[in-house]
Amino acid sequence: MTESRTYSFFLGCVMPNRFPNVEKSIREVLPRIGIELEDLQGASCCPAPGVIRSFDEPTWLALASRNLALAEQAGHDIITGCNGCYGTFKETLAELHEHPERLAEVQRVFKGLGIKFTGNVDARHLIEVIYFDVGLDRIRELVKRPLRGLRVAVHYGCHLLKPSKNRPWRRTQRHRFLDELVEATGAESVQYRDKFMCCGAGGGVRGSNAPVSVDIAREKLDNMMAAGVDAVINVCSFCHLQFEFSQLQLNKELGENRYNLPVLYYTQLLGLALGLEPEQLGLHKHVISTEDLLSRILGQ
Amino acid sequence: MTDSTIVRDIIDDEDIDPKFVDTLVEAGADRIRTCIQCGTCSSVCPSGRRTAFRTREIIRKALLGLKEEVLTSPDLWLCATCLTCLERCPRQIKVTDAIIIMRNMAVEEGFMLPQHRKASRKLIKTGHAVPLDDANREMRRELGLQEIPPTTHSSGEALEQVQEIMRRTGFIDLIESTEESGQ
Repeated sequence: MTESRTYSFFLGCVMPNRFPNVEKSIREVLPRIGIELEDLQGASCCPAPGVIRSFDEPTWLALASRNLALAEQAGHDIITGCNGCYGTFKETLAELHEHPERLAEVQRVFKGLGIKFTGNVDARHLIEVIYFDVGLDRIRELVKRPLRGLRVAVHYGCHLLKPSKNRPWRRTQRHRFLDELVEATGAESVQYRDKFMCCGAGGGVRGSNAPVSVDIAREKLDNMMAAGVDAVINVCSFCHLQFEFSQLQLNKELGENRYNLPVLYYTQLLGLALGLEPEQLGLHKHVISTEDLLSRILGQ
Repeated sequence: MTDSTIVRDIIDDEDIDPKFVDTLVEAGADRIRTCIQCGTCSSVCPSGRRTAFRTREIIRKALLGLKEEVLTSPDLWLCATCLTCLERCPRQIKVTDAIIIMRNMAVEEGFMLPQHRKASRKLIKTGHAVPLDDANREMRRELGLQEIPPTTHSSGEALEQVQEIMRRTGFIDLIESTEESGQ
């Protein structure tokens, strides 16, 4: 990437309202690698693809279109750091482009509300912009504090990758891009069982059936811990919530502190490698303490 | 042991709604009739791995037209929408889409889990299914972020617009007027 590009930063719900530390790391890191963020004023819930779309699809389509319209009016594409929001926007755009009558339907809902919307806007995940536009070589050049010796488990999540027909990745399975981005920081991406499995949070399952949801997270955490990793790296605010909160719940149920795996969002890991201070990346505000991990990294 | 210990599950004609599958196809699950019941969907399902939820069973029941049984089943809400079944289906059936379509039909008939109604009410009230709370407001301030995010949380005008959209699509009526009991 030779010049910086500006995106409308779509926050969603979980990131600004539950994990502002992740939001902080994104705001600190992206401009440093040539991605400028402009706030999307007045945006709502994306709305969530597993819940609101499951309750009333036309409402989901209309509210998603309104968020896209805000970016269209601002003259930028949307950038998001949540796989769920990403899925909502990608599927909404596909639906509107493949079925023009759905766009007309949305425009009818908007009538008289002062929302101009043609559907001529795109939505990208920040990891997509980092991988394709910034690139691995540039990331390697910018690294000031290589995270050598750090062993991490990469968690891609689901809506970032699927449905593969409507995603920009070169592969449809066994993806490598996030592993490569992690390795560009000097850390090692460790293989573990069922790496591409869901975190268990989506589809309204966490909200309505917590035992099933947390058990899916437990299985992933067990697999990561069996591989002997120092942290889990994710790129989705909802997966992030799931791994942070589920460990607390599991420890409470077990009556022992078995689950203590630090959960880092990719921009927090990258920020450390760029030489930023942990406080700039919100790393002092984690549910599962990052203290030991940080003293290892910073002590080196 | 008497015969009464053996319960035969018999499907009565009145349980079958032959139009059910047509509705699913029209709503976007266009290849659902090509299902060969291979079970790939169930075998890759992370929820099915630890519960009795079987995606294949839901699809089979849908194809049989057992509308009421499918729409009232709590299993319908165990799908985490991970989309793995949709990716792997050898018939390229949009399995996840089919589940979402059936969930929409269930909600329309009043079958909605209480936690989901609660999340919907938050969306209606604040524009967010997960709204800001005091602890995170404080954390935002400590981190040097705008204390109230620049979303519907900080714009009454934006929130009113979002609420008007939900009024026009019928979402507010759907959440507020459907029966509280549901499942």
